[in-house]
Amino acid sequence: MSRAARPIEIVDLPGTYSLAALSPDELVVLDSLCGRAPGLRRPDVVVAIVDASNLPRNLYLVSQLLDLQLPLVVALNMMDVARSRGIEVDAETLAKAIGAPVVPIVAIDDSTLGALCREIESPHTVPQPAKMPAISKYTRNEVAGLRARHPSLCGAEALRVLLDPGGAAEQAFLARGGGAEELRDARARLACESDCDAAAEIRARYAWVQGALDGVIRRPSTARITGTERLDRVLTHPVGGVAALLVVLGVLFQAIFRWADPFMTLIDEQIFGRVGEFLRAALPEGPIQSLVVDGVVAGIGGVVVFLPQIMILFAAIALLEDCGYMARAAFMMDRAMRGLGLSGRAFIPLLSSFACAVPAIMGTRTIADRRERFVTIFLAPFMSCSARLPVYALLIGAFVERRAYLGGVVELPGLVLLAMYLVGVAVAIPIAWIIRKTVLAGPQPAFVLELPSYKLPRFRAVWQRVSEASRGFLLRAGTVILAVNLIVWALAYFPRDSATAARIAAAAAAQQWDEQRAADELEGAYLRESYLGKLGHAIEPAIRPLGWDWRIGMAVLASFPAREVVVGSLGTIFNLGSETDETSSGLRDALRDARREDGRPLFTLPIALSVMVFFALCAQCSSTLVVIGRETRSWTWPIASFLTMTALAYLAALAVVRIF
Amino acid sequence: MSLASTPLGKSVRVTGMQTDSAQSIRLMELGIIEGAEICVVRRAPLGDPLQVRLGDYDLSLRSSDAARIEVA
Repeated sequence: MSRAARPIEIVDLPGTYSLAALSPDELVVLDSLCGRAPGLRRPDVVVAIVDASNLPRNLYLVSQLLDLQLPLVVALNMMDVARSRGIEVDAETLAKAIGAPVVPIVAIDDSTLGALCREIESPHTVPQPAKMPAISKYTRNEVAGLRARHPSLCGAEALRVLLDPGGAAEQAFLARGGGAEELRDARARLACESDCDAAAEIRARYAWVQGALDGVIRRPSTARITGTERLDRVLTHPVGGVAALLVVLGVLFQAIFRWADPFMTLIDEQIFGRVGEFLRAALPEGPIQSLVVDGVVAGIGGVVVFLPQIMILFAAIALLEDCGYMARAAFMMDRAMRGLGLSGRAFIPLLSSFACAVPAIMGTRTIADRRERFVTIFLAPFMSCSARLPVYALLIGAFVERRAYLGGVVELPGLVLLAMYLVGVAVAIPIAWIIRKTVLAGPQPAFVLELPSYKLPRFRAVWQRVSEASRGFLLRAGTVILAVNLIVWALAYFPRDSATAARIAAAAAAQQWDEQRAADELEGAYLRESYLGKLGHAIEPAIRPLGWDWRIGMAVLASFPAREVVVGSLGTIFNLGSETDETSSGLRDALRDARREDGRPLFTLPIALSVMVFFALCAQCSSTLVVIGRETRSWTWPIASFLTMTALAYLAALAVVRIF
Repeated sequence: MSLASTPLGKSVRVTGMQTDSAQSIRLMELGIIEGAEICVVRRAPLGDPLQVRLGDYDLSLRSSDAARIEVA
């Protein structure tokens, strides 16, 4: 923003109730205010945006901000909500108590923001409150002592280091070389005095808040029944609430599966399909043409095609969060999630994984507890995402009989499809349990959640979330995912022996194939004899127990970067050219007719089921693994996820073949 | 009496709480301290957590946490 003579840089810090931090993520606010955030100076002025309809708890944070000894401007937000509840706030009296300017605003109404901008630009002084929070003098002495020995600590930091044993501030202090011994001694001295612990500090701050609010708030004598309360009576009702949740989820799924469809077709066929066709015609035949068309264009297109789903999912999540419903969904589902060592917060990310694990994993950032967040990230890819649907559709269509039950209400194909979705959930439950007992063992995550008033969602906030997620996704599509796709392309393309071409040409002449047939046969032969084809043969011993041959193995290998490419790969492998989709009856027939060397059919129902179960559980999605790596900031988690899922997929596929 | 066993809709005052865990400290920071007026509005459909009202705002709180808060 640039208004007056000099430009102003505004840094938006995550919303918080307190400067005390349990996790490193929560420490960001204190670090930034104390000038420790990388690339950021200590701020010239701190703007505290407080909720006028909920002042006591918001002024608790303001009381901590006073310790920073930085200029402060308090923006009194949601004045409209406060007024609608009959709450009147006297900003001038409050400003005197805090000793800093207090500006009433309505954040969604730009016309109310001018006064705030002027206040931020005017000369700043450190707040001069009528009274400071009555924190014990012993505590203040120890804070002063700690700061004398460690001049880089600011006052608010020293207080947190001292009073929050095991907190994130303490850990950061020790990591910077602060002495564990001096901390222990200081705490031992404080323990001898009364009212020198964190609980006493909190009581002192709330006492200060009460004093500061004296004569500031006028409220109606009788509590009104608010619109939020009326909505909650329905939306968290044992019957109505569950029904409403199902409707919300139903619409969400519908949106992701169906509404995104026309846009996905547009991207896939109209944009990338046409660009690919154009380039195929423009470039001379050969490795360059294939690299550009089959590698780059198809590679990027195969990822960008998910953009509409990602945008819809993020828009829906942002809408539900911004209007206040998400907190209610978490509230209702907490009990059910607790059995997995998770909390209500994990519910929405896991649910959205049924659409796509990539945005879901990005969405786990709202989970503060590190262990809970990592378990959620690990479980997300087990949910059957939309990219598995084409595989299910193809194999069910080809090999599952259309037997009807209950007078045609339920059909066997639908049941098998449902079973595929349940396989992931059924496996995720024991996995969650095991992780929570081993690598991420720890106490049940806390679940204290504010249930905010319902409000109309702000378009700008929703759009910000959507565009941020889309940008991040496209960036990855253009880099890592593209690189992985190019490697698989190269493996499937080379070496292209001229002997192969000669052999196929001879066979075509001998058996009088038409041009199309000859081209398909040639493509198939190239693929069989490519490095990927050789890999398929190489892994045959591993997949033979599953009853798969090298062709299925090759299709599975080719779909490790992105599972949805398997339909196209199967099409190519079984000599149909790569222009196939899951509904093409040609591919279905080809799969039914495929024979082993001894003449038995390649696919039987158990083998089709085992392939589907394998796809349901296997980590065949490079985007997901990359996102897991980025969100956990480690290599360990994506590798563990890949190995676990692939091993489970193999064992489950083996079990299916043995049982059926 | 603990907050977990308070009848729905009844306004009570906090008289004490355990302050030995980070979790309890966090609840205090949210304003659940001695003297605060608090009320259990409803239970979630599966019986837990609780929706409690503290002054002007509502919180979701698990029964196990509410059991550590003494009210009268």
